[in-house]
Amino acid sequence: MSRLSIQNLQVHIGTTEVCRDLSVEFEAGQCWAILGRNGTGKTTLLHTLVGLREPQAGTVQLDGMALSAQPRRSIARRLGLLPQDNHDAFPATVLETALLGRHPHLSPWGWETVEDHRLARTALAQVGLEGWDERRIDTLSGGERRRLAVATLLTQAPNILLLDEPTNHLDLHHQIELLKLLSRQAQEQHKTLVMVLHDLNLAARFADHCLLLYGDGNVCAGPCDSVLETPTLERLYSQPLRMVSDNPPAWLPE
Amino acid sequence: MSSARPATLFIALLLLCLAGLAGALLVGSVSLSIAEVINSLGGGGTEPWRTIVLELRLPRALAAFSVGGLLALAGALLQVLLRNPLADPYVLGTSGGAAVGALLAMLAGLSGAALGGSAFAGALLSTVLVFGIARRGGDWSPTRLLLTGIIMASAWGALIAFILTIAPEHNLRGMLFWMMGDIRPGDLPWPALSILLLTLIISWVLARPLNLLARGELQAITLGVSVRPLRAILYLLAALGTATAVTLAGSVGFVGLIIPHLLRLAGARDHRVLLPASVLAGGALLLIADTLARTLWAPQQLPVGILTAAIGIPVFLFLLLRTRAEVHA
Repeated sequence: MSRLSIQNLQVHIGTTEVCRDLSVEFEAGQCWAILGRNGTGKTTLLHTLVGLREPQAGTVQLDGMALSAQPRRSIARRLGLLPQDNHDAFPATVLETALLGRHPHLSPWGWETVEDHRLARTALAQVGLEGWDERRIDTLSGGERRRLAVATLLTQAPNILLLDEPTNHLDLHHQIELLKLLSRQAQEQHKTLVMVLHDLNLAARFADHCLLLYGDGNVCAGPCDSVLETPTLERLYSQPLRMVSDNPPAWLPE
Repeated sequence: MSSARPATLFIALLLLCLAGLAGALLVGSVSLSIAEVINSLGGGGTEPWRTIVLELRLPRALAAFSVGGLLALAGALLQVLLRNPLADPYVLGTSGGAAVGALLAMLAGLSGAALGGSAFAGALLSTVLVFGIARRGGDWSPTRLLLTGIIMASAWGALIAFILTIAPEHNLRGMLFWMMGDIRPGDLPWPALSILLLTLIISWVLARPLNLLARGELQAITLGVSVRPLRAILYLLAALGTATAVTLAGSVGFVGLIIPHLLRLAGARDHRVLLPASVLAGGALLLIADTLARTLWAPQQLPVGILTAAIGIPVFLFLLLRTRAEVHA
């Protein structure tokens, strides 16, 4: 099992302080939700966790070793990111796109094997794109592209999945299906999930840990039971809330 | 991608190259028979056919193939590097630099190897300038690189206009021909062929990472590609290929932009297939275009750039219209 952890992390974007002196252990089997208003640095934090940018201070460690000291290929076998958006400049088919996830597992000279194709098709089936192998991606809808991006990440099969707004573009049914699929994988295969979510109620239902970014460097991290309190959330979003359900907890904006 | 379709594609392209080569050797101011060509190639044959085949037509055919292959390969690489389907080998100002070098050499009354050397130096100077300026910000994004290249190309364009204005009358025709793209008799193909082989091998090794880079830098990094060194290598390979092609044949337009797209439309989206296929298709296009260029209007020789456009554009439009129809069907 791979372990991701951060020690005394300090991250800035321009003049905004995302976090200061933040230390968290993301354990196997845990599902984390990162919550906060627009522009508080949720994506930036996620990108720091995957090594796309260097923190101002502190370290990100994967399996006890600094991320910056490890080769990208080796990182990619254990740690994967679902980006917030995908831009397609060139034509490709659904199967070709999902197969890209196998890249870190193949030798530099290797071609995708029958087994790699099987893994990609399984992932496509899991997100409801079974039999779409030869469809061109520029003919897909926004939600279908989103599910394809998730399938590529599942084909990559890392132990730690960082997801930037995974429910973007998805309809209600597919939002629930996707989060069920991911949390089932986390439990059965002891994977770690870290998701940026905008839907408070989805976070409360599927995550067991939360990381609240206030946008002034203050961060509140811990189990959902202790973190997700109505006054805390009202301060987080600068928005009065009314709790409408206890189990799972759910809120409506006033 | 299924294995049957790339195989069919490669067989078709190889046949096209062979047909192009046969045409280049057989057709000309003196028409040769197949037997004479084969005898000459085998080391036998009689004069003057032997000299025509081995010293005139074969080197010229190989030069045309190299130029086409290099431009198509450079185009495919730059399109990924800049993540822009509209990129062609000249977008980074390489051909402008080469043209300034060549025109200055012509002004100085140089020809042959000195002219080629001057063009190559101009191409490399432009490459180094664009790379250096684009990198100064630390992070050279595709947009920054593209903008720098376009600005540099405009600067070269102004210099070219200046040189053409002050150049003596008797130099003008040669200069214009050089810039329209023109394979000249007596060009030595071996340096270009070796560079073509070298750039193809290196870029083919990098072809799978290229598939990822084509999907975006973020995706490539998180799937395990070291993007910075990869982009530097891509840039150098494309620049070296373009500089070599431009030195040999001037700015032959169109090949580098259209050939990779043509092949993508034909289904070659995987760069492990696209790169070698681009070399073969670009080489074949220039072989055929050059043969037509020196025979259609004989004894007058047309600039080969006119022919690449005349052949390529209808083929490309046909494929484009056909694919659109399929998508809507």
